[in-house]
Amino acid sequence: MSDNTAKNTAKHTAKALVLPVALLVAFEVWARATHLQSDSLAAPSDVVRALAEAFADFSILIATRDTLFSAFTGLAIGSIIGLALGIAFGLSNTLNRLMEVTVEAIRPIPSIALLPIALIALGFGYRMEIVIVAFACVWPILILSRAAVRSIEPRLMEVSRALRLPAAQRVWKIIIPAALPRIFVAFRLSAGIALIVAVTVEIAINPIGLGAGIMLAQQALRADLMLAYLVWIGVIGYALNIVLVVAQRRLFGRAALSGDSA
Amino acid sequence: MKTTGILWRLASFAVAAGFVALWQLIANFKLVSPVFLPGPDRAWASLVRGFSSGDLLAKLAGTVEHMAYGWLAASIAGIALGAVIGSSPRMRTYVAPSLEFLRPLPVSAIIPVAIAMLGLTQAMALFVIAFGAIWPIMLATIHGFAAVEPRLYEVARSLQMSKLAVIFKIALPSASPDILAGMRLSLTVALILAVVCEILAGLDGLGHWVLLSARAFRSADLFAGVILLGVTGYVTSVAMSLAEHRLLAWQASQR
Repeated sequence: MSDNTAKNTAKHTAKALVLPVALLVAFEVWARATHLQSDSLAAPSDVVRALAEAFADFSILIATRDTLFSAFTGLAIGSIIGLALGIAFGLSNTLNRLMEVTVEAIRPIPSIALLPIALIALGFGYRMEIVIVAFACVWPILILSRAAVRSIEPRLMEVSRALRLPAAQRVWKIIIPAALPRIFVAFRLSAGIALIVAVTVEIAINPIGLGAGIMLAQQALRADLMLAYLVWIGVIGYALNIVLVVAQRRLFGRAALSGDSA
Repeated sequence: MKTTGILWRLASFAVAAGFVALWQLIANFKLVSPVFLPGPDRAWASLVRGFSSGDLLAKLAGTVEHMAYGWLAASIAGIALGAVIGSSPRMRTYVAPSLEFLRPLPVSAIIPVAIAMLGLTQAMALFVIAFGAIWPIMLATIHGFAAVEPRLYEVARSLQMSKLAVIFKIALPSASPDILAGMRLSLTVALILAVVCEILAGLDGLGHWVLLSARAFRSADLFAGVILLGVTGYVTSVAMSLAEHRLLAWQASQR
């Protein structure tokens, strides 16, 4: 039985790999046959070589560090603010309804629109990027943790009242543990957003990190290096997603994944 | 019940007005340098001035145009591709994993590649916006097609409907909630990418406007632009939920 499923997964993986491998091989052959000279395309083998070189001189590693540092710091700040507001709004219906118009007025501002404001207030560098990432991460966490707190089993709240737990302990011992699986889903979502926003800010304006790296490669007409950065950014996005899905499964079991649609 | 709802709404507006007043006070007492933070009065004056001279309106139209064309192209292509991939189980096993692999890629990373191919042009912006906006729509369509109630397909087979008829009469309607949700997600992506492309390529639009205002330290104009971008995001998302409501009304009545 288990042998059979293993065989099935292997078969699925093989089928999944057919298309990308075929495309890569076809592209490599075409590039070699036509002696491709281009500012925007490069043979896959050249891209791999450029990626290896970028690793060898640490340039891509430093860029990765800068991007991930900004993304994760912004994510942490945004999560804390979003979680605090989400729990407060989830617990107090009065507060939630009073803040509704304010939240709905600020939320639709596209995070990237804050870029020029952050630029003149903070200048280039980590800080402006972190602020924009944090702004982008606050909203999903706020909305989803508010929903998570509201859906906590009412009896748990009754217990905490019966125990006369002070407010801080009630939040720490009852609310956060009870809502944690769904809060983690929000966190996973926000981590993806944080990476996207960080790279976008770097591409648009900020001269650090992977986004700046890929822009520089483009401006230097190094198609191979540019595509190497693109592939690497894709790998990081994919790896981040995998790590968070695995963490979620480990921490909360498979049941937590069903909360995805919420 | 209804009146308390209205009262809450009013109170909520009052709180928002309070925040605006606080912003005005901070600006008036210059707690934050006015270079960075104009008061709401100055931002409002800039909005009014921009609209009466037509400057801001033209920029707004530019951004909305980029966003709308890219998003429409993405919607058409995304639904078509999603339908092709989603309606064939074989395509699903071969193609869908590659798409899932590409999904977490930050789409803005495609911008340099698009610039290398197309230059700093409108075409580049449209390509980037469409490329970014297509993913949620296409994946939602594939998912919606895969989740069609199998009995509906059996009915179609026994009625000997053609493949096209199955897609248009059964699969598309039953996948429409997924597709519309994907299209709504894409709207946000389209707006963000439109702003980024305008910043990078200097295309006529609010993105370019806010960047120029920031460079010239015209903070009132900058805030006016940001407010307009927020309004754009809000209006498009409200319009989308109205459309969703309309288009899915038949489903709600069925249940």
